[in-house]
Amino acid sequence: MENQDVFDKVVEILRPFAKNEEALGTISLETSLQKDLEVNSARLVDIVLEIEDSFDIEVSDDDADGVNTVGDAVNLIVAATS
Amino acid sequence: MWPAALFPAWEFLVSKAKRRVVVTGLGVLAPNGHGLDEFTSALRDGRSGIRHHAHLEELNFACQVGGIPENVEQFQEQYLSAEELFAMNANMIYAAIGAIDAWKDAGFEVPGPEVEADWETGAIIGTGIGGIDTISQTLGPRVDAGKVRRLGSTMVEQIMSSGNSARIAGLLGLGNQVSTNSSACNTGTEAIVMGAQRIRDGLATRMLAGGSEGHSHYIWAGFDAMKVLNRTKNDDPAAASRPLSASAAGFIPGSGAGVLMLEELESAQGRGARIYAEVLGGALNCGGHRQGGSMTAPNPNSVQRCIRGAVADAGIAGTEIDAINGHLTATFADPHEVNNWSKALERAPADMPYIHSTKSLIGHALGAAGGLECVASILELHHGFIHGSINCDDLHPELEAFAGAVVHETIDLPDLRTIAKASFGFGDVNGCVIFRKFA
Repeated sequence: MENQDVFDKVVEILRPFAKNEEALGTISLETSLQKDLEVNSARLVDIVLEIEDSFDIEVSDDDADGVNTVGDAVNLIVAATS
Repeated sequence: MWPAALFPAWEFLVSKAKRRVVVTGLGVLAPNGHGLDEFTSALRDGRSGIRHHAHLEELNFACQVGGIPENVEQFQEQYLSAEELFAMNANMIYAAIGAIDAWKDAGFEVPGPEVEADWETGAIIGTGIGGIDTISQTLGPRVDAGKVRRLGSTMVEQIMSSGNSARIAGLLGLGNQVSTNSSACNTGTEAIVMGAQRIRDGLATRMLAGGSEGHSHYIWAGFDAMKVLNRTKNDDPAAASRPLSASAAGFIPGSGAGVLMLEELESAQGRGARIYAEVLGGALNCGGHRQGGSMTAPNPNSVQRCIRGAVADAGIAGTEIDAINGHLTATFADPHEVNNWSKALERAPADMPYIHSTKSLIGHALGAAGGLECVASILELHHGFIHGSINCDDLHPELEAFAGAVVHETIDLPDLRTIAKASFGFGDVNGCVIFRKFA
């Protein structure tokens, strides 16, 4: 899967969890899930589960803890699916 | 007596004890209507919200009809964001819609996250069973399959008993007491009596109060197994809920939410709020499972004491009650309830106030019942009518003496002034509240 496809899919996963719609409109690999998108920290667990389901991968707790930005999520998915 | 000036705390309590409580907002999500206009017309027109539900038939329920608010998925996103809905079950969604509607109806705007908490406003929104759909469909199966990790983050907030009121606190920025009470079918009425008491005590200026219940078949299954649901009208849903009837054969399960904005009178008047009614008084008690009371049946002495207590708390005589919106579920208890009202109000059958059952139209919404039926009662006061109690043309033979009081078809009653609403629940618990038109 191309990185852009992964990125687009991650954005769709994040969309319902993002409280800052303005940040969603300018989302990039550098966008922080909590600081920029204002995702509730408790919901990071659910985002990881959605990523697992969408990409048919398993994300370890350690890897999940390392996801702070959209780019972190994309890199993790690309590594797991390539 | 010591001069009050020496005891400022005592003076404070005396002044607070005089606080009057009025209703300035209503929110309703019922099987036969969402919002005040729809619900009012459904009450007036005798429109039933009871429908046949195929999933109940497929699951071999004996009672295959019930009351479920309709088309909620089509408008819930007007109230709740995708992120909020992600963490909410039906009970929580119903409660939130009812509370937001009551809040707006009282003249307030939903505050943004930047607005400070409203320290003067709280919520007591009860539920009888709560998030059992989440427990049954998600929690149990995933835990039993060894997939605890797959539960995600929303499980606790959906299954904690206080999930409905907690969500409302966040939606509306409530800063006073926020809690969920639970006393089975007395829940909604209990919440309103407790909310009013908190305002009377000077501990809050406004309280959202009422009840909610989801429509999960996992909630209804236990009642079906007890054979307390009517299984004789699956082919005629609108005729299935038959309080006061000779052919009553059990209640019909319902769901939804009914929420009142209770407010201290001076606050309501100070901001020019519309006042629907005054909460004159209320009472709560339990029969202790004595004198015929049990986990599933009421102690008649406690029922009468509760009604008398509410009337006394209201500072009126039983003869001042114009109408009763009864608990009246369509079980064997209906005739007992009517007799208890007669004794408690000290009014002979021929002298009884009008009596009717909102459950005839919406079924028994369990923890939401008291809230929904209090909304109905206040709308009746506000608009000057009493809705017909349908499906009791064949009045129960033990109620023949009360026939003149039973309202079969909606009547206009511009002089309607005072309504008593009571709820009685499993556990032998009772609640009664007296509303009066505010003038």
